Amino acid sequence: MSALLQIKDLQVQFQTIEGTVHAVNGISYDLDKGQTLGIVGESGCGKSVSVLSVMGLIPEPPGEITKGEVIYRGKDLLKMDKKEIRKIRGKEIAMVFQDPMTSLNPVLTIGRQLSEAQILHLKISKEEATSRSIELLNIVGIPKPEERLGEYPHQFSGGMRQRVMIAMALSCQPSILIADEPTTALDVTIQAQIVELTKKLRDQMDMAVIWITHDLAVIAELADRIIVMYAGFIVEETDIFQLFENPLHPYTLSLLKSIPRVDKRIDERLATISGYPPNNLIMPPGCSFAPRCSHHIDRCWVEVPKLKNVGSNHQIACWVDVTTGKEL
Amino acid sequence: MKTTIPKTKQYGVEDIESPPLSISQLVWLRFRRHKMALVGVVLLILLILFSTVGALFRTEAYGNITDTSIRLQAPSPEHPFGTDTVGRDLLTRTIYGGQISLMIGLTAVIIQIVVGVLIGAIAGYYGGWIDSLLMRFTEAVFNVPTLPLLLVLSKMLSDKIPTIELFGREFSGSVIVITGVIGLTSWMGLARLVRANFLSLKEQEFVTAARSIGAKNSSIIFSHILPNTIAPIIVSSTLGVAGAIINEAYVSFLGVGVMPPTATWGNMLNGAYKYIETAPWTWIFPGTLIVLTVLSINFVGDGLRDALDPRALVETE
Repeated sequence: MSALLQIKDLQVQFQTIEGTVHAVNGISYDLDKGQTLGIVGESGCGKSVSVLSVMGLIPEPPGEITKGEVIYRGKDLLKMDKKEIRKIRGKEIAMVFQDPMTSLNPVLTIGRQLSEAQILHLKISKEEATSRSIELLNIVGIPKPEERLGEYPHQFSGGMRQRVMIAMALSCQPSILIADEPTTALDVTIQAQIVELTKKLRDQMDMAVIWITHDLAVIAELADRIIVMYAGFIVEETDIFQLFENPLHPYTLSLLKSIPRVDKRIDERLATISGYPPNNLIMPPGCSFAPRCSHHIDRCWVEVPKLKNVGSNHQIACWVDVTTGKEL
Repeated sequence: MKTTIPKTKQYGVEDIESPPLSISQLVWLRFRRHKMALVGVVLLILLILFSTVGALFRTEAYGNITDTSIRLQAPSPEHPFGTDTVGRDLLTRTIYGGQISLMIGLTAVIIQIVVGVLIGAIAGYYGGWIDSLLMRFTEAVFNVPTLPLLLVLSKMLSDKIPTIELFGREFSGSVIVITGVIGLTSWMGLARLVRANFLSLKEQEFVTAARSIGAKNSSIIFSHILPNTIAPIIVSSTLGVAGAIINEAYVSFLGVGVMPPTATWGNMLNGAYKYIETAPWTWIFPGTLIVLTVLSINFVGDGLRDALDPRALVETE
């Protein structure tokens, strides 16, 4: 069976006054039906840009998809005209955004915002959309949904708004849900609720989920497979168990080391990754992570490593075998 | 102004659980604090009643009867506002002139809103060359001095448009011309305002969210972004009504606006300026009405500006 969504060699650039920002540099991955894919990486590594371009939501200009294909059910989304892609957005692929405080329109009622996609895609009447919206709010766990439909976003708390956002995204039963750091703006207890809710709904509706985060703990609970991104490249791709038990890319290793743990007494300082992420304006000839990498060898500076298999279902883009310190 | 703190009140469960005030309730609470705006509202209502209810007592034809034997009569029980140079009843003419003046003000502003919002919204939302083109056009219109343009256009067009009938009244072509010209020369400020708001609002995440559910550009512009910028549009167009009334009075006073026998407050002044000292009633009544109308609209506009500005929430002065 071919994958539901296939991204092939996607490259996205932004033209700015300072020069060309290489936001995403030729990434490829597949997403199967019902699968949950986690994308992790620090700020500015191209996580959001890569999924926004799947939906055709990159502002152009300054953004530009310079290369690649996004195949959804056999069709390239990047080649679709505006009308076709609008039919995909919200109906086939839906999105939940990072900040629930700003991603709901402050002057429209929750009910209006919930019914919009349904009226647009399912061609149903306002009344039907309203009754479905009540049902949706029930599903995402908002009490007294009938009363709350007429209320405005400012009358909801952050967690409640994110539930509304999820209800909106699910309103047309999409086959892929893209969640762009949906728990980053929420506190930890609410985070856990949102993760639980997503899990439950994913299983009920047999949806595939792309979950973007920089929080490895969140992804551990949710994802089947994980992509680690750095400076617009995929540096490691594997399943969730391999990632935590047998991380092979130096960047992933450093990320995992820098998570504070409650079960260990630590007398020394928490490990950090020294240096800064690259600014993506300059494309170094070698590996982008080399300047911050403790394992680097000469080859890292001159040649960009390609993703290669290092085990079943496990790929990394690195010249070095971190277990031996030798070239792979 | 001081806000009075209510005396201690026993709060029940219903009070605590009661939903927060709706936007319109908040706006009204804040508008109410603006005493001058309330005065403005009352005055405006009275002025509108004057020119609508007044029309029930006197017919327009009565105001157009010329009788030179009674010209320039001072106010009397029969002619409470006196008569003009050709003996027409000034009270009747101020009543019907008021209808025209208010209607020109409102209609011109509707034109102003339609053009201004459309151009501003499209320029701000799409940006790029569309924005440049529309904004250069706006600047070009801005740079044409409004008054000479008004004079020239109304002179050129006034006899080319036939008289029409509306609401049982006849309007000479000059009324339509003057309304259109005022509307089409006053939208630029609004267009800039709307564009500026669109420029910042379109970067908001809720716009991306709307696009992500597959909303069309037109629906994003008009049902997602526009409602967010409705407050400044309301304020600007309220003040625009006053501006349009002044402009009409100005042009009609110079004798190229609305043509007699259709009365407006402006062209009544035109007939009066030779008798400023000898027959002051000919200009006092229409002049005062213009001043009162413009003043009260401006008060209401100021009140709305404060009431609709969310940042004015904390200000209790």
